Amino acid sequence: MGKQILLDKINVPGIKTYEVYRKEGGYASVEKALKSMTPDEVVNQVKDSQLKGRGGAGFPMGMKWSFIDKKSGKPRHLVCNADESEPGTFKDRYLMEYIPHLLIEGMITASYALEANLSYIYIRGEYMWVFKILEKAIKEAYAAGWLGKNILGTGYDLDLYVHVGGGAYICGEETALIESLEGKRGNPRIKPPFPAISGLWQNPTVVNNVESISAVPWIVMNSGAEYAKIGTEKSTGTKLISASGHIKKPGVYEIELGISVYDFINSDEYCGGMLDDRPLKALVPGGSSVPILPAHLIYKTANGEDRLMSYESMQDGGFASGSMIGSGGFIVYNDTTCIVRNTWNFSRFYHHESCGQCSPCREGTGWLEKVLHRIETGHGREEDIDLLWSIQSKIEGNTICPLGDAAAWPVAAAIRHFRDEFEYHVRFPEKIKNRDHFVHEPFEKVRHLVSKETV
Amino acid sequence: MKQSHDIQQTINITPALMDRINELLGHYPADKRKSALLPILHDVQDAHDNWLSVELMDKVAEIIGIKPIEVYEVVSFYTMFNQRPIGKYMFEFCQTSCCATRGVEDLMDYTCSKLGVGVGQPTPDGMFEVRGVECLGACGYAPMMQLGDTYREHLTKEKIDQIIEDCKAGKVNLYYNAE
Amino acid sequence: MKVTIDGQSIDVEPGTTILQAARKIGGESVPPAMCYYSKLKGSGGKCRCCLVEVSKGSDADPRPMPKLVASCVTGCMDGMEVNSTASERVTDARKAVTEFLLINHPLDCPVCDQAGECDLQNLSFKHGKSETRFIEEKRTFEPEDIGPNIQLHMNRCILCYRCVMVADQLTDNRVHGVVDRGDHSNISTCISKAITNEFSGNMIDVCPVGALTDKTFRFKSRVWFNKPYNAHRDCKTPGCCGKTTVWMFGNEIQRVTGRKDEYHEVEDFICNECRFDHKDVKDWVIEGPRKFEKDSVINQNNYTRKLDTVVIETETGILKGREQDRKKISMRHKPLDAQEQTAFKEGNI
Repeated sequence: MGKQILLDKINVPGIKTYEVYRKEGGYASVEKALKSMTPDEVVNQVKDSQLKGRGGAGFPMGMKWSFIDKKSGKPRHLVCNADESEPGTFKDRYLMEYIPHLLIEGMITASYALEANLSYIYIRGEYMWVFKILEKAIKEAYAAGWLGKNILGTGYDLDLYVHVGGGAYICGEETALIESLEGKRGNPRIKPPFPAISGLWQNPTVVNNVESISAVPWIVMNSGAEYAKIGTEKSTGTKLISASGHIKKPGVYEIELGISVYDFINSDEYCGGMLDDRPLKALVPGGSSVPILPAHLIYKTANGEDRLMSYESMQDGGFASGSMIGSGGFIVYNDTTCIVRNTWNFSRFYHHESCGQCSPCREGTGWLEKVLHRIETGHGREEDIDLLWSIQSKIEGNTICPLGDAAAWPVAAAIRHFRDEFEYHVRFPEKIKNRDHFVHEPFEKVRHLVSKETV
Repeated sequence: MKQSHDIQQTINITPALMDRINELLGHYPADKRKSALLPILHDVQDAHDNWLSVELMDKVAEIIGIKPIEVYEVVSFYTMFNQRPIGKYMFEFCQTSCCATRGVEDLMDYTCSKLGVGVGQPTPDGMFEVRGVECLGACGYAPMMQLGDTYREHLTKEKIDQIIEDCKAGKVNLYYNAE
Repeated sequence: MKVTIDGQSIDVEPGTTILQAARKIGGESVPPAMCYYSKLKGSGGKCRCCLVEVSKGSDADPRPMPKLVASCVTGCMDGMEVNSTASERVTDARKAVTEFLLINHPLDCPVCDQAGECDLQNLSFKHGKSETRFIEEKRTFEPEDIGPNIQLHMNRCILCYRCVMVADQLTDNRVHGVVDRGDHSNISTCISKAITNEFSGNMIDVCPVGALTDKTFRFKSRVWFNKPYNAHRDCKTPGCCGKTTVWMFGNEIQRVTGRKDEYHEVEDFICNECRFDHKDVKDWVIEGPRKFEKDSVINQNNYTRKLDTVVIETETGILKGREQDRKKISMRHKPLDAQEQTAFKEGNI
């Protein structure tokens, strides 16, 4: 059993309630920070922890905090990004549903570090019941004196509220989230200025993921240096992984960064091996946006080293033979999966979720989906594969926000690693007319039909 | 989208709903009332058969003190707001990768044929509607759907039969109560 | 602050964007802009046509920027070096954006009133391709009536948001906006309401394409058959400058617009009364012909354009014609190779 920081107390009966949470030592970090530390000391502890943002981009949290403009004298805000919508990711919901006070404690401590007096948790609208759980928990925290005016008699004031979204993946992008929090359409803003200078209502704002903020209480209690001892040198601490797909035990697992992918998929402590013991075909290790890995690059990197669950090992090989740990949305596919269908599925998702503000993403995501749908339904042309490659390369890097990149990468990686499967779809349309075409006849059995013969 | 005026909606902002709206407005600085728009829309929609007519959106705009177009823009952007009447029990199946690989498409076909409707089409009695939506964040518990405020996970045909029976018997509470 | 664009340096004030600096330099380096409009606050950054490459961030931090940046919303730094037409990445990106803007565009220029003064036409002249790779069905929208003066053709819209900003910044009660999401976003009032505000006609002038056109001019004439004249009248509408361009056919005023500069931006906004209600020559003081600086479709045959003296060099050039004419009549751009040269001179013997 690896070190548990976030899920340590998750199985304590009644941990959802304030009384039990407090009895288990909850809110101690607020007491410690407010009574014995300056805000900058808290920031420094978080810096020392080298915690990388857990939302997907992996930007060091302490550094993000240090960018916030404290000089202008404008009010500051901390906004927690609980708009978890990346396909494959469901870890934040698990934390908020089962141990809501951990997030609230983290929000108070982090707001103190940023000297913010008004903070929000932005939760996606579909998590309506979690929204109501959080609202209740916040009321409990107010009643117990952890929120409001003059907290613990220290003179520090903080108001914390939950804000509920309305169903839009793009609001997970921090500036779109801020727009949505202002009651507008979730159109990402053009950066600069960054939120640390001009965010919510033009005030300096920090946006952090639920999991990142939930780690703050432990860091404050045990010091950043202790946190940095967990995991690997470059990937410190623990990470929640949401495992799903064709595995025996899908669910949320807290791992110490640096365990091997092989162990994670196959050990009984985590995923418990492949569903029905069918062969592993592909892996999306960090949510739908990250490049998909083919079987031979999952357990080993391109140069034969063990692939580890860490930021650096997942990225080993760059886009050519690596991927990213992203948000920890770990989706495992067995040999019944059709990569073309799955890529079309992802493209449909991005097409549906594009905000429509900038031209490459608005037009490109729809185009990708239409071409992929044609290939998947047996109307593909040989040149469509190169066309897909060309479209994705023209979206990538040319958009306002990273959604364009997120829509382009899965298509690029699928073509890079599974080109023969696309060719099979184009050349044998009658064989793929049913959507479960690989269930009875996995691609391995028909691969020879499209393999290049050398005479 | 142009919205039709054909279907009338009875607008009823009850005192309890007004209290809730004022509570939500209180979460934001006094000069930032627009920020409360999304949470208010959720509560107003819940109290009005789960959809928002033009008249209702105008009412919300009036309460908050913003232009009606600002409400239309927002309502049409987010997928959870309905601009037409929908089935009372809306089965929103997640169609994205993990659910798709675990057989949600078959379940949707099954549900549609059982109810005798197509996707996005309410049953004639207005009781049910099946809709495909994008990732709901329950990938590990696939296949799943959203019904009201909560999720129904690890779905099977038998479970769907049971849920439909429960809905017909009025045993399904669409709204979650945290108390 | 000194900034260098395509090798040409210029001194600019702090706060100047790259696009503004490029416009000061002028010429080929000026990036095309479909959504940016200098007179509208907060415009720009959306169409991605004006992407440029920053090869040197500034003197203080000389690192290049990894991604292409939208020049209309990126501020200049001292010592910045920018590649616009000089970079292949940039020209590729502009071609890509042009293609994206055109795939769902109806390409109905023959029946579009904007044709001839359309920014999208100009953009595709320069960066478009003659063939299409898009074989899917094009996206279409339900027509919506937004009143007696303005014609909305949503299918042609490129979602620059300029008309929304006009309504926000020139009028006090915006009734239209961008509704829906993604590639189905559209300009709409949502309730088929007439847009009647006294300054709403400016939406037509700021629209870069034929999505918003003048209903009173609908199908009256192709724009290049009209002769534009600067004119003014003593307008009583508060906020209206009364200075316009009237578009004449013979003695008839067919259309009234704001005065547009070389970047197709109006010099000043005008009211609906000037635009729609005064089509009689007697209402106006005509100042003289309007000159067009912009090199685009509309001034190809315009008498205000400076023409070179035609020199017919019978011996050497009778078959080749003038350089600019050869470009016009779709002859090959690239120089002939040796064999073709011979064939060209001596015929195919």
